Amino acid sequence: MSTLVKTQRRKAPLSRFFRSARGDSPFKRLLIHLALILSCAISVYPVLRVLSVSLRPGDRLLSTSLAIIPDDATLKAYHTVVFDKPLLLWLWNSLSITVSTAIIGVILAATGAYAFSRWRFPGRAPGLIFLLTTQMIPAAMLMVPIYILAARLNLINSYRGLAIAYSVSSVPFSIWILKGYYDTIPPDLEEAALIDGASRMGTFYRIILPLSTPALAIVFLFNFMTAWNDYMLARIMLQKAEMFTWTLGIWTLAGQFRVEWGNFAAASILVMIPVMALFLYSSKWLISGLTLGAVKG
Amino acid sequence: MEALTGEVIVRSLGQVGGMVAFTLLGALALEVILYLVLGRLLKSRYTLPYMLLAPAAVGLALLVVYPIGYEVRLAFTNMSLRHFREYTLSLAQGIENLRWVFTEPVLKQAKFFPVLGRTVLWTAVNVVFHVLGGMALALLLNRPMRGRGLYRTLLVFPWAIPQVIAVLAWRGEFHYEYGFVNVMLQRLGLQPIQWYANPLWNFAAACITNIWLGIPFMMVIILGGLQSISREFYEAAEIDGASAWQQFRSITLPMLQPVLTPAVILGVIWTFNNFNVPFLINRNELETTDILVTALFRAAFEYNRYGFSAAFAMVSFLFLFAFAVVYIRVTGALKGVYE
Repeated sequence: MSTLVKTQRRKAPLSRFFRSARGDSPFKRLLIHLALILSCAISVYPVLRVLSVSLRPGDRLLSTSLAIIPDDATLKAYHTVVFDKPLLLWLWNSLSITVSTAIIGVILAATGAYAFSRWRFPGRAPGLIFLLTTQMIPAAMLMVPIYILAARLNLINSYRGLAIAYSVSSVPFSIWILKGYYDTIPPDLEEAALIDGASRMGTFYRIILPLSTPALAIVFLFNFMTAWNDYMLARIMLQKAEMFTWTLGIWTLAGQFRVEWGNFAAASILVMIPVMALFLYSSKWLISGLTLGAVKG
Repeated sequence: MEALTGEVIVRSLGQVGGMVAFTLLGALALEVILYLVLGRLLKSRYTLPYMLLAPAAVGLALLVVYPIGYEVRLAFTNMSLRHFREYTLSLAQGIENLRWVFTEPVLKQAKFFPVLGRTVLWTAVNVVFHVLGGMALALLLNRPMRGRGLYRTLLVFPWAIPQVIAVLAWRGEFHYEYGFVNVMLQRLGLQPIQWYANPLWNFAAACITNIWLGIPFMMVIILGGLQSISREFYEAAEIDGASAWQQFRSITLPMLQPVLTPAVILGVIWTFNNFNVPFLINRNELETTDILVTALFRAAFEYNRYGFSAAFAMVSFLFLFAFAVVYIRVTGALKGVYE
């Protein structure tokens, strides 16, 4: 057996390692599985650690044990974060800000992207380049003017202010992705409808929008996720504890002055589960949407 | 302790709903004006596309163009927390700000060019490991095998977790005594590492965290690319007697190009602009883990020097812009835009 494996390996040193492997030897298959199991362990272990800490009783938060489920597991930390900590308030704050950002992004982008996709009007090329450039400007570069303008306009510590600040990056991104998607819809469909007497806006509402539902969903979801997971802008724009989004709230548990390790872990698990479920469920479309806009240009 | 009450819900819904309604009404008003001016008065051919575009264009002008202009203006002032209302705006102040960026520390000790160099190093190290790691895992997964879906799901975990949670969890795990990293090092018989206090290891900790976070994205993108390569190429190469490495070099890599190029561009932009990882991993306010983005944040919001930070941001942006221009010239990445 082992000589067989050896001769096979000698014949082609890196044999088929870079390709599919219908003819893989059992030994190589074992190696591949071992490598993948190790990688999975590295990718999952830190998450399991959070779970493990969240289950520890308060007096044993700091421990050098590497066991996942502690011997004296308890759900006390979960009870604390839901009932004694403002976790629900933080989540609500995040939710109202992110949903409104995502809605505004989709509304402004859906029509604008249609213009870019179907007409050759003066100002189109500079407009597209402008959109691409805004993607390159990091939000951090604009945080000073955004903060000062928000302070002047009394938008600090308001839901409005943060939702507007998130729209800075979500609107150009949404236009870019949606234009890429509209470009893939053949114009023949609209021409046929125009011959049948539909108006230009009619074709948009009756043909383009229904056909673009997946892309609109991607854009909504993507803007939602970006804003939902943001820490930096929220940190600048929200200073009152009652306005905190969940990222700021979790930071006060884990990072600020007194580390409430167990509460942080429990809150993290509660926030993480729905986000991860949504992400794993939608990741296929999210990725295809991202590359669609990027590749098609 | 604040709590979620009915009053809070009503207040937030009022604010947010008001904003969305205001946006819609504003857009509607804009459409009517445009229709009257362009369509009725000028009888333009382009009335409809301009109407479609107008809400987004006005929104972007207010949200992006105006702040950029304001930032340029700020760069010529000495605005800070002390001089928030009464600041001086002059050319001399602008020059002073610029001189300060290049000659004096941008934070307490860190100077501009070391921070820029660290940012480049940070971006290069992370993107290289993301691509290598993602490529390796994608190649391993790209074959019919048992448990493939399960592996894929588990490997995507780091991407699926909200980044702030992942980074804060890692930050805890770099604890000298109780973090699992050092516990494992000790069980392997190695010396524990001062992840928080040692500048070099603190930077390494940020890199480790970010590499862990970024590999799944590359893996998924590359796996998608691998699956779209037709088997026939490999069969033909096999007949010609090409080795596995030759096949990888002359079939897989070139065929992955259209997928890999935009993914790498995105990766570079994301890493260069990553705020959460270096900012949150940095525990003892060491300035040795700061990259441009976090240095900007701290100059503006910890030292409250707004005018100076604006100048700092403009200089940083010019470097990024120069990089982008060179990159676009070399790769022709913008070719498709005009079509």
